[in-house]
Amino acid sequence: MKRYILKRLLLIIPMLVGISFILFAVMHLAPGDPTSIRYGLNPEISQGARDNFNKMYGLDKPVLIQYFEWMERFILLDFGNSFVDDRKVISKIMSRLPATLLLQVCSLVVIFCVALPIGITSAVKKDTVFDKAMTVFVFIGYAMPTFWLAMILIFFFGFKLGWLPISGMMPWYAQYLPAAERITDLLRHLVLPVFATAFTGLAALSRYSRSSMIDSMRSQYIITARAKGLSERRVIMVHALRNALLPVITIVGLTLPALISGSFIFETIFAWPGMGRLGYEAIMSYDYPVVMGVAVISTFLTLLGILLSDIAYAFADPRIRYEGRK
Amino acid sequence: MIFFLSVFILPSAGNSLQQDISRDAYVDASIGDARVLIPVYADDSVSGGICGLIYNGLTKVDKDLNIAGDLAERWDVSDDGLVITFYLRKGVKWHDGEPFTSKDVKFTFETIKDPATGSPYISGFSDIRSIRAIDPYTVQFEYSAPYAPALLKLGMGIIPEHIFADIKDIRRSEYARAPVGTGPYMFSEWESEKFIILKANPEYFMRVPGIKRYVCKILPDQSVQYLELVSGEIDSMTLTPYQYKYRSDIKEFRERINKYRYLAPSYTYLGYNMKDPVLSDLRVRRALSRAVNKKEIIDAALLGLGEPCTGHFWKDSVYYNHEVDLYGYDPGEAVRLLAQAGWKDTDGDGVLDKDGLVLSLKIVTNQGNKVREDVATIVQRQWADIGVKAEIQVVAWASFIDQIIDKKKFQVILLAWMLPLDPDCYSVWHSDSIREGGLNAVSYSNPAVDLLIEKGRREFDIEKRKEVYHEIHRLIAEDAPYTFLYFSYRTPGINKRFRGIEESPVGLYHNFIDWHVPRDEVRYDF
Repeated sequence: MKRYILKRLLLIIPMLVGISFILFAVMHLAPGDPTSIRYGLNPEISQGARDNFNKMYGLDKPVLIQYFEWMERFILLDFGNSFVDDRKVISKIMSRLPATLLLQVCSLVVIFCVALPIGITSAVKKDTVFDKAMTVFVFIGYAMPTFWLAMILIFFFGFKLGWLPISGMMPWYAQYLPAAERITDLLRHLVLPVFATAFTGLAALSRYSRSSMIDSMRSQYIITARAKGLSERRVIMVHALRNALLPVITIVGLTLPALISGSFIFETIFAWPGMGRLGYEAIMSYDYPVVMGVAVISTFLTLLGILLSDIAYAFADPRIRYEGRK
Repeated sequence: MIFFLSVFILPSAGNSLQQDISRDAYVDASIGDARVLIPVYADDSVSGGICGLIYNGLTKVDKDLNIAGDLAERWDVSDDGLVITFYLRKGVKWHDGEPFTSKDVKFTFETIKDPATGSPYISGFSDIRSIRAIDPYTVQFEYSAPYAPALLKLGMGIIPEHIFADIKDIRRSEYARAPVGTGPYMFSEWESEKFIILKANPEYFMRVPGIKRYVCKILPDQSVQYLELVSGEIDSMTLTPYQYKYRSDIKEFRERINKYRYLAPSYTYLGYNMKDPVLSDLRVRRALSRAVNKKEIIDAALLGLGEPCTGHFWKDSVYYNHEVDLYGYDPGEAVRLLAQAGWKDTDGDGVLDKDGLVLSLKIVTNQGNKVREDVATIVQRQWADIGVKAEIQVVAWASFIDQIIDKKKFQVILLAWMLPLDPDCYSVWHSDSIREGGLNAVSYSNPAVDLLIEKGRREFDIEKRKEVYHEIHRLIAEDAPYTFLYFSYRTPGINKRFRGIEESPVGLYHNFIDWHVPRDEVRYDF
């Protein structure tokens, strides 16, 4: 098993290199460049100033050379500086990551706590009114555009009723509030964004766990368990459930990259200072170092997440082994 | 945020409401975050606006669009126009307590001139041959040729020599995000993508500002900005025309918010590629201008919040020639001009043609601007009314610059210019600017205009300069390389508790230090 993990980890490296090269190439292939985006039609900025800008950021060199220079720095874990405000890319990412992590972790917790019971119970009560109602409920959430839901929530709960803040993570005067109030304030700011994210994200996990549970309940060992005279409760909660949760573990691993990604539209409306807007704005302003930084980290986490869920699955299911029998 | 750009604060004479202590906080909303708080690098409107509060320049613009002294009390221009001497204010202090002197001025402009600094403004100062600090309060600029725009360009925010002299890479220094200036507001905090907080400078050389804190809150969505404005979470935003016209009638808005408006120094236009075979004919361009009904466009696309434009200057400045108005809406005249140019509807299909070719034009504009797309649609219809077929193409900004502006592959563009106050228009209208990457994208070339542009740059006397630019305004209008469409209004909404606000062509913030909130209406009292 250890050799398998090591092999997989090492394989991540060439995959990252390949993906980073493709990303770099695609970025440079898009028409336009950082200088013209920034200074485009500004009559006060001369051609000389633009050429100077290109030289400063190495944009006048051939694309391959630029890639190798990026790679040289990247090996030392130096993502370079943003073209937009010259901050280190790592600082920019680190200043936005906590907001996204907080939101995503809270949403994932809510999703798990709500979707799993819904899915399992729907499976047990298959085809009843409850099952049908839950299906409708989660699909409404899934089909609803997040930004529309966000605006509705903000309008009613924030503006009309005034129960919750309209936007943002913390008010600008947070530092003038006592510490305890700051925490409750943060929680109040989290309610609407987490609700919007969770409600629209319930469908996948609940449907998946429902069908997994249905499969599990149809298996031979359940018939055996019932034949043995076990209580229905034990049959479902202990035997069926455990097996139903196995495929769910796969999903957990795949949520790893989702932890750091944010929705740009969503963050724009909630004024949530997260990674979604960072990535989008970097792309729109052709901020190559930041785009590469965000994309590479995201890729790495995706690959790592897949690996983690494969490993977790192997641990959970004794039938699965990745290396040949001894 | 654009309000602060080239505006530094001047007291309005006769304002007797002086405040002894600064109170409350003014929370302004911005769609995007600032990038760098050093004026030498600040090239976006948010950074420029905040720099306008933290730094001062040698000169500034007052509410009547005159050049006034800021850090300079007065100045002299030599008879040959080559030497400008500034006499600086005494007793001005940097936010860290150090005194402001001429060495700061010398340092600032030498830094901008140095290519290694990488300042985008470098070309505005390339004619400076030398800068001499004659004494701690006198600084002299020697130019290689007279350069009238200098008085405004030298209004660039001055940066502290004692802080930056030993710093190799200014852009990446901590002071780019924790600036030190001489201005009415000092830096307090900057949480990236959330807010920037400035606090009043109690030792500001003019007066202590009436508002204790200036907060720039980043809210990327204008609908959310509106909700926060009406609920009182923010104090100011730029209302969209729709919000200004239709959303300001609700009770909460009328009770809490005041609406303001002033003409923005930016105009929208249709540009005609002078090298295009159809558009190279002057009669065709004039006809197209005649076929456009500017009033209809302003009423429909801007909900009436704009004014017609006929030239490339601030409408309220002395340089705008109000007597030039050659292309009033006259579709009959348009058809006559086109007929003279050989375009007639010979096959009765409603579209003009000539030698077997149909008069069909492509209007290209950039994506992301709904108003502009509406304007294009209206123009398309107005031109269809006289038999000109127009197709609209909306292109992403990056491609737009690359294909259209640099490679000049277009017939008609619909765009806007943001105008600096100085009327010098070399970069847009001179034939030198036709090269690739230059801003004379329509390839306009008129030797008479070239000479006048060069003359206007050298003339310091405002009356004489005025004549030059009035003539340029007229000549360009006669050549019709553009159909100048409109200036739009900027329409801020500000919480009623702020007193002392005066609308002016430079915006509302020319007297920001004199704004105040009555004691019993203060919202933020920490």
